[in-house]
Amino acid sequence: MAEKSPDTTGADAGHDIAPQDAHPTAAAGSHDVQTSTAEHGDTPGGSFTPFNSETFAPQLVWLVLTFTVLYVLMSRLVLPRIGEIIDERRERIQRDLDTAERLKADTDKAIANYEKAFADARGNAGSIARETREKLDAKVAQRQAAADADNAANIAAAEKSIQETRSKALANVDNIATDVAGAVIKQLIDTDVSASDIRAALPNRAS
Amino acid sequence: MAADGHGHSPIEQFEIKELLPINIFGIDASLTNSGAYMLVALGLIFGFLYFSTGGRSLVPTRLQSISELIYEFVANTVRENVGNQGMQFFPLVFSLFIFVLVLNLLGMIPIPGITFTVTSHIAITASLAILVISIVVLYGLYKHGLGFFKIFVPSGVPLALYPLLIPIEIISFISRPISLSVRLFANMLAGHIALKIFAGFIGVLLGAGVWAILAPLPLLLTVALTALEVLVAVLQAYVFAVLTCIYLSDAVHGSH
Repeated sequence: MAEKSPDTTGADAGHDIAPQDAHPTAAAGSHDVQTSTAEHGDTPGGSFTPFNSETFAPQLVWLVLTFTVLYVLMSRLVLPRIGEIIDERRERIQRDLDTAERLKADTDKAIANYEKAFADARGNAGSIARETREKLDAKVAQRQAAADADNAANIAAAEKSIQETRSKALANVDNIATDVAGAVIKQLIDTDVSASDIRAALPNRAS
Repeated sequence: MAADGHGHSPIEQFEIKELLPINIFGIDASLTNSGAYMLVALGLIFGFLYFSTGGRSLVPTRLQSISELIYEFVANTVRENVGNQGMQFFPLVFSLFIFVLVLNLLGMIPIPGITFTVTSHIAITASLAILVISIVVLYGLYKHGLGFFKIFVPSGVPLALYPLLIPIEIISFISRPISLSVRLFANMLAGHIALKIFAGFIGVLLGAGVWAILAPLPLLLTVALTALEVLVAVLQAYVFAVLTCIYLSDAVHGSH
């Protein structure tokens, strides 16, 4: 690592076997550094620090201590707590999802009901319209029939009156013709011919 | 700095320094820089995981997310490699992973004269590996009895090959703790030595007159190596956890 304060390091290293203050502040000379390096780094006797068995005991004692405490704290306190938090959240989410699903089912049902009601209403509206139309059609037909009958009666009456008027007029024409014929005969041959004779003589027009 | 800097041996950073001499029943239990780093790691791990999850927020805070992320990551690793029966070992694997990870990463924080990488010592990594293998063997024997030793007998192999294959299986089993411990130890050791050497070059070049213009080169390399070392620190912790899981899987599921 980047050791920016080699003097301090040297001092520490130089005294590492003897019990010493944790962080000696007194600067040690480079000679000290050399010594420590020779002692603990390059000695042919094989005391490359990680393999130096003298250091094993204190390391292991503290490893056992700290790891045991760590294990107990983790297994009794920390992990159950985190597990609970996560489980709680998972349950809550599941519950919310269930609720959402239920509400969605309710909504779907409501929509189905609405659509059914809508279809029914449309059906009803159709049938009402049809009935009304039929009713109106019948009424129209009835009225028309009545009007037609009326008209027919009027026409018949009118025709009859026309016929009568015409017969009357034609009868008058006969009378006039008879009169005219009697007068013409009187003038021409000075003979009175009875009206009924004349009428008999004339072609019958009034029939 | 230059002149002194290159005077240091690159392995000096692995020196065990006694901070507080303690002797219990003739055992040297002195607090050393190694022990101190482990205590710091323990404090950091517990402090972070405990206080970041103190809120128990349904919507996690950032720090709580990190804790949950690590938890889920290790839990998934155990579940994938050992299965759900393996979850009883989850606290162990989690402790191993987080302990190795934090110790590796603490070793990457440069503090002049103090920085120390606990996991660069074979005593530590070998102890952890022995712990793992002991648990594998003991749990395997507890669960499968003597049938546990069937893991040495490859299935679906002609009987004639047994004399050849069984010793190979035994050797491969025995080499597990060795590979587990040496992998971590060697990675940490070599990485830190390489860093120190290249960092030392900067000093050497700076003190070498006109060659000082080349000094930025090892500086750049040191920066790159540092990034690589951080990656290695995380990766090795993960590898340690995964291998632990794979070995535990043998104990849980018996012969394969």
